[in-house]
Amino acid sequence: MTALAGRTRAEPTRNADRLGTSRRMFLKASLAAGGGLILHAVLPGFARAAAAGSSAQGTEVLNAFISIAPDGVVTIAAKNPEIGQGVKTMLPMLIAEELDVDWKDVRTQQADFDPGKYGEQVAGGSTATPHNWDPLRRVGAAGRQMLVAAAARIWGVAADECSAASGVVYHSASGRQVGYGALVNTAATLPAPDLAAVRLKDPKDFKIIGQPLPGVDNRLVVTGKPLFGIDVTVPGMLYAVFQKCPVFGGKVASANVDAIKSLSGVRHAFVVAGGDSPQGLVSGVAIVADNWWAANAARDKLQVTWNEGTTNAQSSTGFVSTAQRLSKQIPAQSLRRDGDANAAFARAAHVVEAAYSYPFLPHLDLEPQNCTALVRDGKVEIWAPTQNPRPGAKLVASTLGVAESDVTIHMTRVGGGFGRRLLNDYMVEAAWIAKTVGAPVKLLWSRQDDVQHDFYRPAGFHFFKGGLDEDGKLIALSDHFVTFGTGDRVAASAGMDAGEFPAQLVDNLDYGMSLIPLGVPTGPLRAPGDNALAFVFQSFLDELAHAAGKDPLEFHRALLGTSRVLRSSTPDGNPQRDYDTARMRGVIDLVAEKSGWADRHSLPKGSGKGMAFHFCHLGYFAEVLQATVSPAGDVKVDKIWVAGDVGSQIINPSNAENQVQGAALDGIGGALGQAVTIKGGRVVEGNFDAVRPLRINQAPPVEVHFRITDHSPTGLGEPALPPVIPALCNAIFAATGKRVRRLPIDTAELKWS
Amino acid sequence: MAFSIEVNSAKFTVEADGDMPLLWVLRDLLDLKGSKYGCGIGACGACTVHLDGQPVRSCLIPISSVGAAKVTTIEGIGATPLGTRVQNAWLDVDVVQCGYCQAGQIMSATALLTKTPRPTDQDIDRAMAGNVCRCCTYSRIRAAIKKAAGLSTADARAP
Repeated sequence: MTALAGRTRAEPTRNADRLGTSRRMFLKASLAAGGGLILHAVLPGFARAAAAGSSAQGTEVLNAFISIAPDGVVTIAAKNPEIGQGVKTMLPMLIAEELDVDWKDVRTQQADFDPGKYGEQVAGGSTATPHNWDPLRRVGAAGRQMLVAAAARIWGVAADECSAASGVVYHSASGRQVGYGALVNTAATLPAPDLAAVRLKDPKDFKIIGQPLPGVDNRLVVTGKPLFGIDVTVPGMLYAVFQKCPVFGGKVASANVDAIKSLSGVRHAFVVAGGDSPQGLVSGVAIVADNWWAANAARDKLQVTWNEGTTNAQSSTGFVSTAQRLSKQIPAQSLRRDGDANAAFARAAHVVEAAYSYPFLPHLDLEPQNCTALVRDGKVEIWAPTQNPRPGAKLVASTLGVAESDVTIHMTRVGGGFGRRLLNDYMVEAAWIAKTVGAPVKLLWSRQDDVQHDFYRPAGFHFFKGGLDEDGKLIALSDHFVTFGTGDRVAASAGMDAGEFPAQLVDNLDYGMSLIPLGVPTGPLRAPGDNALAFVFQSFLDELAHAAGKDPLEFHRALLGTSRVLRSSTPDGNPQRDYDTARMRGVIDLVAEKSGWADRHSLPKGSGKGMAFHFCHLGYFAEVLQATVSPAGDVKVDKIWVAGDVGSQIINPSNAENQVQGAALDGIGGALGQAVTIKGGRVVEGNFDAVRPLRINQAPPVEVHFRITDHSPTGLGEPALPPVIPALCNAIFAATGKRVRRLPIDTAELKWS
Repeated sequence: MAFSIEVNSAKFTVEADGDMPLLWVLRDLLDLKGSKYGCGIGACGACTVHLDGQPVRSCLIPISSVGAAKVTTIEGIGATPLGTRVQNAWLDVDVVQCGYCQAGQIMSATALLTKTPRPTDQDIDRAMAGNVCRCCTYSRIRAAIKKAAGLSTADARAP
């Protein structure tokens, strides 16, 4: 169920400007071999590559290729990796809309990695919409303008007497018309228009944008065609597994590779020395065989002596006791200090203290990490399901000692990203093994490899104190965040922004941080940082609302206060963190209305509704969740209501709803069933029996509402996830009076009678 | 050793170790890549195929145990009217996100509808709980099954 609320206005450009869209865009047109027009748009880079894990800055160019065949069929290159977020459909929709062609005449083609042509090619940070909304529509509009100009020239009339629709140019005064396909040769000889000056449609005239269009590859998916990295076949290909040390950072001392080589079907077995960075090639044993099953089965006979290194002293229980100890000390670093929190606690009418924690989480991409590689004559060819090919090309080039320009990457469809495939460790493993054996190699990780050699969502510990005055107003808040890092360097995705909500809304606020050394690799997981911070802050704010004797809805409204934009206070002034209190209040009110929040007390004992809200990736989301907890403590999620504000336009309502529903369910799946336990420097869990993905019988209905506001559209891959976790925990509190302060949810602690 | 198997109404002879799971025979020896590897322990359902119409996890079925059973995979399920109906329902509902699990989902759904042409939500839960969708497209999987069954796609479970 999707519903649109609010109003649409023409052409909001505020966010586009703030994101740094430059006006320097230009377009080149050329004639395709065999006839047809090719539009090659060179678009400016963006000041900020918001993609998690990306450090691209400023100088990138963004390109888009369109070709129009003489028969009028338009082929649009999809430049970004398709990981299930729907960009292979959505980005071409932007171009096709302004080009004024019918969607049935559009074909999309996955582009290879080619930064010279396409600039930023990454699936991360929910960036595809904000980064491409304006530029790609301009590419389409410029194409239409050229085709109209071509028709005008042929007819000897003024271009502004002509119009275009559905791939046809019309001259209404004379009743003449001509299809785009017949215009391409003339159009290719015309000067390309200034992209910054082309006229974009009034959104009320959109015919493609705003339509619920199915994914362009759906038919190939449902008929089982080979689309994914794991499906790649290269003539003469061998199959590989790569056994790494179960302890992070451990190295091979010795291995019985000669015995392995003698096994049936095995062609090669060898030790890879590897380096020290978990993001690069690490130490391990490669087994290469005639088929994957033979390579993997050979592991049963593999005997390796490991130098485990020092991480083997680390464990989850050790982290908990270290965090407890650190919590009693002054934070090692101050992140933010507003007013005087201690003085305010001393005069507060109520002081609430609570300790929250959450575990390491794996990504569990259903398609395990894999890559196919061929190294020949100093050139490397890669077929990879990657979210982030550019760092992969650099890594392969530097590790194999070839030029980056000698690395070709074909981007396959990706069977789940969730941030895991922003890293390219599997890519360099495949390249190294292929180079060593001198044949094309498909490397595939087993599920156990995947669970035990991830870049985990870091665990974390928050020690909160909140102070309320006589009227129940929040006058002081402190958080001692115990996280991971070395020295004063925070581990990947383990940090917290000094502006984290509710900073700037509480007069006396103290955020401090202490670090625990960590040998376990960490990295971005869908809505990195936010997926944990929303849980702890929104749960603790719910505690404070109840301590204040207030309806959480009213407590939140009071906290957000008047309508204004809280400017980011981070050193780089990241506009991605500017927080519009009115937009947040808008979605809170919408979800309260849709979910029947005011009537929540009519639910029977054991059932309750919880609310939470969060802003990230430029999207504002408020969510209400109804849960029923049995006397034995079993949790059933009855329903989730979501209200989101991602700006003025939902580009593809079908995919938008699918993404939001998926994100909300993903959040409850993690909260109910997932954790990675570290023991002896290694991961205890190994497969779906131990780290449990959400299943259909646990998946409630998710009702999605969008509030349409006058802001440039932004992305939907991530921002619906974070608030669902505290909404669930707050619902459990409403149902049982038991506060969940540690994830994953331990149902044994939820029993009631 | 050599095994003769029937897959999607075609007969094949493959040279394989008898322990080799059917999934890898299909993928690596017969080049039928539609059935997917997800866990290797029968816990995710991505490798679901039919043996004589029964849904099975092909990652757990040694090739030596297949014998004369007819194997149907996602590449062949569209040959039956019901299989086509299920695939079309998946398209109509726009189920797919990443798509990796969907072959297994469609195989389980087709097996369900063969046995239970008008499934309840509880029937769907029971038949489909073995198939993980990491993107969590479960609402649409449920709707597509109902659509293929000619039922209302509304979610009757809402409170």
